[in-house]
Amino acid sequence: MTTATKTKMQAVTGNQAVAEALRQIDPDVIAAYPITPSTEIMQRFSEFVSNGKVETELILVESEHSAMSACIGASAAGGRVATATSAQGLALMWEMLHIASGYRLPIMISLVNRALSAPLNIHGDHSDGMGARDTGWIQLYSENAQEAYDNSVMAYRIAEHVDVRLPIMVCMDGFIISHSIESMQFLEDEDVKKFVGEHKQIDPLLDFDNPKSIGALVLPDYYMEHKRAQHEATTKVKQVVLNVSAEFGKKFGRDYGLFETYRLEDAEVVLVALNSAAGTIKDEVDRYREKGVKAGLLKPRLFRPFPYDEVGDALKNAKAVCVMDRADSYGGHGPLFMEVASALYPHRQGPALFNKVYGLGGRDLMPHHVDQVLDETIEVAKTGAVKMIKEYITVRN
Amino acid sequence: MKQMNWKELPHAGTILDAGNADGYETGSWRSFKPRWIEENCIQCLFCWIYCPDTSVTVKDEKMTGFDYKHCKGCGVCAVECPGKKGNKAIVMEEEGK
Repeated sequence: MTTATKTKMQAVTGNQAVAEALRQIDPDVIAAYPITPSTEIMQRFSEFVSNGKVETELILVESEHSAMSACIGASAAGGRVATATSAQGLALMWEMLHIASGYRLPIMISLVNRALSAPLNIHGDHSDGMGARDTGWIQLYSENAQEAYDNSVMAYRIAEHVDVRLPIMVCMDGFIISHSIESMQFLEDEDVKKFVGEHKQIDPLLDFDNPKSIGALVLPDYYMEHKRAQHEATTKVKQVVLNVSAEFGKKFGRDYGLFETYRLEDAEVVLVALNSAAGTIKDEVDRYREKGVKAGLLKPRLFRPFPYDEVGDALKNAKAVCVMDRADSYGGHGPLFMEVASALYPHRQGPALFNKVYGLGGRDLMPHHVDQVLDETIEVAKTGAVKMIKEYITVRN
Repeated sequence: MKQMNWKELPHAGTILDAGNADGYETGSWRSFKPRWIEENCIQCLFCWIYCPDTSVTVKDEKMTGFDYKHCKGCGVCAVECPGKKGNKAIVMEEEGK
C-alpha cells in the first residue's frame, strides 16, 4: 500500500533522472568538474542553481581531485554534499575517496560508469566503479533510469544513517542509461524532501563552541584501530539498506533489496550481472523459460559492502552460474566473479562457476550474446565441467 | 596511558579535545637545546615569531626563556637571533653535556 502521490510516467535520460533527484534533495554544496558521460547531470543542475530552483552552493573547481576535496571540506563543515563524475574523473579523485570514507563523511557521487583509458574511450563499462571498490565507499548499482533515480533518493538515508556514516556512489551505465531516454516515474518534491529528511553532521567543524580537529596523523600504534572501526561501519550497511529500501517500497511502491533476483527461485542455470545488461538478460531468461530451461538472473544492487551470505544462499542451489563482468582485472578474474566465488566458497558442493568478460568500452551486449552464455551455462550444468574459468565474449577472435 | 581499543575511538577519529597537542611532550625529541643568554638579548622577539612550536615563552611582551616540554631543538631561534654587538642571545648546546 503506497501512501505517496502518484505521478505520471515521463520519458527522460538517466542523467536527467539523477539531476532531478539532486534538485529534489537540494544538497547544501555540490562541487563538480563535469566529465562525459556524467556531464548532463551538472549541466542540468547548474540550470537549477541559476534559476533559483535549489539553495545549493555549486562550486566549480579545476579538477576532480579538487571536486572531491571541496566535497570533503563542505561535508566535514557540516553540509550535505554531492558530486557527479565518470571514469578518469573518479580515477583522479582516488586519493580523496579514501579520505572521505576515513573521515566517515556521507558524501554522494552519482557515478556514470565509463571505461578507463587507455585506449581513450568515453563509453560505458564498470572499470571506474570497480577501481574504487576498495576505497571504503558504499556502491549501489542501477539497471535503468528509474533505479538510478530511486537509488539517489535513498542514498543519503543510507550514507547518513548514524550506524553507517560512509560516503556512497550511485552507479549507472554511461550512455546506455545516462543518455538513453526511457519512461520512468518521478516522486513529488514534497515526498522526496520528507523521505530524505534533514542532515545533521556528527561533529561538524562549523561549530565554534566545540572546536575540534579532523585529519590528524595516526601512527602504527593507532592506525589499525581506526581501520577496524571503519570496517565495522560497513558491516551495518546491509541492514540499513534493507530498512531504507523497505520504507521506500512501502511509501512509493517500488521494492529493492541487496540484489534483485529474476526467476531465480528454482533456477538451475543462472547469470549474474550488474546494471543495464540485466535488462537484456531478463528478456532472454524469459525466452529460455518458455523453452523449458530453468534459467534465472541475480543482479547485485549493493556491491560494496558485498552481501556474501545472501548471495551465497541465493545461488547455492543452482547447477551452473556464469558471472558476467563489464570490467576486467588484468591477470585476475573479473571483479564481480571474485565476489561471487567468495560468496559460494562455503557452498563448495554447489554450482559450477565461470566468468565471462563482456561489453568493455561500451561494446554492446546483444540478446544473441546472452543466448551464447546461457547455452554454455546449460552445457556446464549438464556436465559439471568448466572449460575455461575466465573468457572474453563480444570480442573478435 | 592505556591505549584505546577500536571500539573506544571517537567517531571518525575526530579529536574532540581541542588543543590537546599541549599534552604531547615533543621536548623528548631534542638532541640540541637552546640556551638563553639574557645579557645579550635586545628583546626583538624574533625567536618568538620564528619558533615553529610556540616554545619561546613571553611574559609582558618580554622573552623569558623556553618551554622545554615542547621545544624540539630545531635551532631556528638561534639562527634568527641578532644578539647584541655580534654576541648571540641564543646558543644551541648538545643535550646531555
